[in-house]
Amino acid sequence: MQLIYEKSVPGRRGVKLPASDVPAAAPLPASLLRSAPAGLAEVSELDLVRHFTNLSRRNFSVDTNFYPLGSCTMKYNAKVLENAAALFNPLHPMTALLPGGEELCQGTLGMLHDLGGLLAEITGMDEVTTQPLAGAHGEMTGILLVSAYHAARGNKNKKKYVVVPDSSHGTNPASAAIAGYEIITVPTAPYGDMDLELFKKAMTDEVAAVMMTCPNTLGLFNPHIREISEIAHSHDALMYYDGANLNAIMGKVKPGDVGFDVIHVNLHKTFGTPHGGGGPGSGPVGVKKELIPFLPQPRIIKDSQGRFQLEARRPTSIGRTANFFGNFGVMVKAYAYIIMLGREGLIRVSEQAVLNANYIKERLKPYYDLPYDQTCMHECVFSASRQLAHGVHAIDISKFLIDRGYHPPTVYFPMIVKEAIMIEPTETESKATMDEFIEVMIEAAQTAESNPQALHDAPLTMPISRLDETKAAREQNVCCQW
Amino acid sequence: MADYFFSKEHEWVRVEGSKGKVGISDHAAHELGDVTFVELPKVGARVKQFEILGSIESVKAASDIFAPVSGAVVAVNTALETTPELVNESAEEGAWMAEIELSDPSELQNLMTKSQYDDFLKTL
Amino acid sequence: MNDSHYCPHTPEEIGEMLSAIGVATVEELFSPIPAALRAQTFNLPSGLSEFETFSRMQAIAGDNVQGLTSFIGGGFYDHVIPSVIDHLSGRAEFYTAYTPYQPECSQGTLQALFEYQTAICRLTGLDVSNASLYDGGTACAESAMMALRVTGRNRIIVDGCVNPFSRQILKTYLFNLDVEVVEIAPLDGMLNRAELANVLDDSVAAVLVQNPNFFGSVDDYTALAGQVHTVGALLIASVYPVSLGILKSPGEMGVDIAVGDGQSLGNPLSFGGPSFGFITAKKAYIRNMPGRIVGETVDKSGKRGFVLTLQAREQHIKRHKATSNICSNQGLCALRGLIFLSSVGRQGLADMALLNRDKAEYAKARLAAIPGVTVLQSAPTFNEFTLFLSKPAEAVVAGMLKEGIAAGVPLGDYYENLGQALVVTVTEKRSKKEIDHFAQLLEAALCN
Repeated sequence: MQLIYEKSVPGRRGVKLPASDVPAAAPLPASLLRSAPAGLAEVSELDLVRHFTNLSRRNFSVDTNFYPLGSCTMKYNAKVLENAAALFNPLHPMTALLPGGEELCQGTLGMLHDLGGLLAEITGMDEVTTQPLAGAHGEMTGILLVSAYHAARGNKNKKKYVVVPDSSHGTNPASAAIAGYEIITVPTAPYGDMDLELFKKAMTDEVAAVMMTCPNTLGLFNPHIREISEIAHSHDALMYYDGANLNAIMGKVKPGDVGFDVIHVNLHKTFGTPHGGGGPGSGPVGVKKELIPFLPQPRIIKDSQGRFQLEARRPTSIGRTANFFGNFGVMVKAYAYIIMLGREGLIRVSEQAVLNANYIKERLKPYYDLPYDQTCMHECVFSASRQLAHGVHAIDISKFLIDRGYHPPTVYFPMIVKEAIMIEPTETESKATMDEFIEVMIEAAQTAESNPQALHDAPLTMPISRLDETKAAREQNVCCQW
Repeated sequence: MADYFFSKEHEWVRVEGSKGKVGISDHAAHELGDVTFVELPKVGARVKQFEILGSIESVKAASDIFAPVSGAVVAVNTALETTPELVNESAEEGAWMAEIELSDPSELQNLMTKSQYDDFLKTL
Repeated sequence: MNDSHYCPHTPEEIGEMLSAIGVATVEELFSPIPAALRAQTFNLPSGLSEFETFSRMQAIAGDNVQGLTSFIGGGFYDHVIPSVIDHLSGRAEFYTAYTPYQPECSQGTLQALFEYQTAICRLTGLDVSNASLYDGGTACAESAMMALRVTGRNRIIVDGCVNPFSRQILKTYLFNLDVEVVEIAPLDGMLNRAELANVLDDSVAAVLVQNPNFFGSVDDYTALAGQVHTVGALLIASVYPVSLGILKSPGEMGVDIAVGDGQSLGNPLSFGGPSFGFITAKKAYIRNMPGRIVGETVDKSGKRGFVLTLQAREQHIKRHKATSNICSNQGLCALRGLIFLSSVGRQGLADMALLNRDKAEYAKARLAAIPGVTVLQSAPTFNEFTLFLSKPAEAVVAGMLKEGIAAGVPLGDYYENLGQALVVTVTEKRSKKEIDHFAQLLEAALCN
């Protein structure tokens, strides 16, 4: 398909702009002006509509295809949430920061405050900031809160390390490193959880925090989590909960009850907001009361009259991690999702997410290696090692699935599983959809034995076949030349 | 290959007089797949044995390169900056990465000969 | 009540699935969680119907002020949004997809992001762009960290005329690192070049400036780029993309990294988000860029296609050695930015920028004629300027809010001694009539 720039014709326009009702100003000095207008596309409105409509048709999406992408919680996104978010489009964020401006924004400030309260109840934390703009941004914010906590206790120079299991999301060590910590990685034991003995050895008084995902990226719940928390706390290290997998445990376990001190949640995973093909996400961070003094500002507080105010400047705060109040439009959707599903609805979400993952796990177990054969939570991780004996890799199976109209599971993650295939069906998928997917997965396993070349050739039904990623990385053509 | 010495991290050094050219082994290059980028050290940098000398990337992986010997970097193979595929074509010859003036030749005892390295690979 | 429209199984289906698994109840599947760890309470309200949910959200929206005439900017701007943007970015194939890890079934997103990167490069006059960052403020912080990696140095100089929120974010990001942030106090709403010269030496990784700056002043940083390069540092400019319809681009000035907030490009104000941040740089720095990058390549038959490239820099491969921790960015907002730029087009963006300036110049002249009002800066301005009032700006703004006008952003919270300063923003959406009304109210506010 042509690029929009290849459809451009000088002089065409896609929209009529307002006419001027004021006199033309004297021009700016030439030294401040660009030499020529920026080389943007020049197309009619219809050209534009056809171009982007046709581009959209080259995507798989939740609304068009089953999307069991492990660790990403690609559930269906309710349409009413989109309508709700649009209600707030015209409100300028600086309005709340003007003198007397809080009174003009009681609806939004109150909603953000209430959303924080709902998330605190779901996760067992004492207060939530909605400022972080994505999961990894929440991780970084959370680790900065940890460092502010240690600094306030005079331990800034003493606390040097953050401990992560080797099964963690890559964002965990990356976020901790960006916040200034060195990383200690603890291997996974044969039972599928972080090796407890090696963890004990790794823990010293120089550890600032332990970052865990629970259930972990193998989809397994760590039964020793409270013991791990106690060990961490005995070294004055804080426990960080990566909320990427919260969809498994709503109403069943609260991270705050089992020893976690800081958490982030991914609203674009658990709380039904769409992922937008790469964002916007939203990563609110919850903390226990010891960490409240360090939360970023602006912080919304409820006064004795029940009005919502912005807290005055607080020197202990870590400051600010984003421009304003976070990805507000995403939070509108998450708030509406939570009040619509309610207590019973959210519990059912986790129950059926876990039911669906275990169903797929049991049905596919005869055909694919399952390195950690236990009851899983919301996702299960297979290995294509049996297919590898026929020269078929996890990537080949994913391309076969694309030809059959399924977005592939996450492959090659977690890295500790060779040829990993990580399947997260989510609660919104029907049994019929999963049964069809299971049949195609079985067919892929059989084709791996009977005709491996067919898997290597896939996909055949897409606008393009497999791409030369080496060429892309070596040549680095990242924008269209003139 | 008598003058080649290998590390467990799959680097080699080929000693000529007081200097040694270093690179990664054919085995390591094969494991990485198509190499897309080699980060070379700066000429004049001082490196210690088994500490980071540079890094190497393929499409789906990134690894550090560890210095097999200590010393000062006296030359780097700038051809790798524009043609990283040399690593796949000639890992143990044309794709040398740096030349190091050895500060302690006795460190070679910490490395393996070619035949020892081949035996080591069989254990992986 | 039945919530099952989002959890579709019938009891019969649940029974079939449980027997396939070999357990009797769903609760058994939670047996790996020890009883002692189970939640004792879950105090949430009961669920609502779709209609009730939407009504509740309408009521919340109704608790906000309606119909303010806005002269506020400060990083977010009230610009026109062509109707096509909602319709096209509202295609579910775009907004219900994930990050395009599987290129064959994600060419829509990937090609759009490649076109976005192209638009941002052309707008800023730089060589390479990533596929978006979170927002303009975090983009400033990411660009500073990029300069730290490129230079191996540990000092950042920031012009005090940079948006105060961006400066706060930068300090928050860096506070636990061994990095010194030096701020240059503004001089008459402009960069104090003499003060900068005093602190610029070969320990500096980067100098961060903004154009137009927080006061609205427009500057030319061409000579500054030369000075900064002389000491081996990078020049970073935070820019307002709509202004680049006419203003000299960062690339033309010799800037090394340009960043900014993309809200003004087709994204609603939405109480501050989601918008997107952009980052562009000279090609030499591409490996130190944070975040996703889309690259062009070919498929097995030689057909053009697009992939996420240079992924070996990123957290999912390089973990703690990655160039950033970013995973999700603001892809859909970047798509809106691309559709906006492609809709207004080459000449349209220039026209729109000129219209903004014409309106702002009219307003500036009209307001400056009021007794008790002077313009703070002598420098030229784009669509924002700073007034110095004869009364405290906060009180004036509070009074005018009651009349339905958001007069601007008072600077007292952000700068010492500027309690009487007010930044006024005038976009193409403000009419002459609204500006005249604003002037009348301001005159009245300052007279009595």
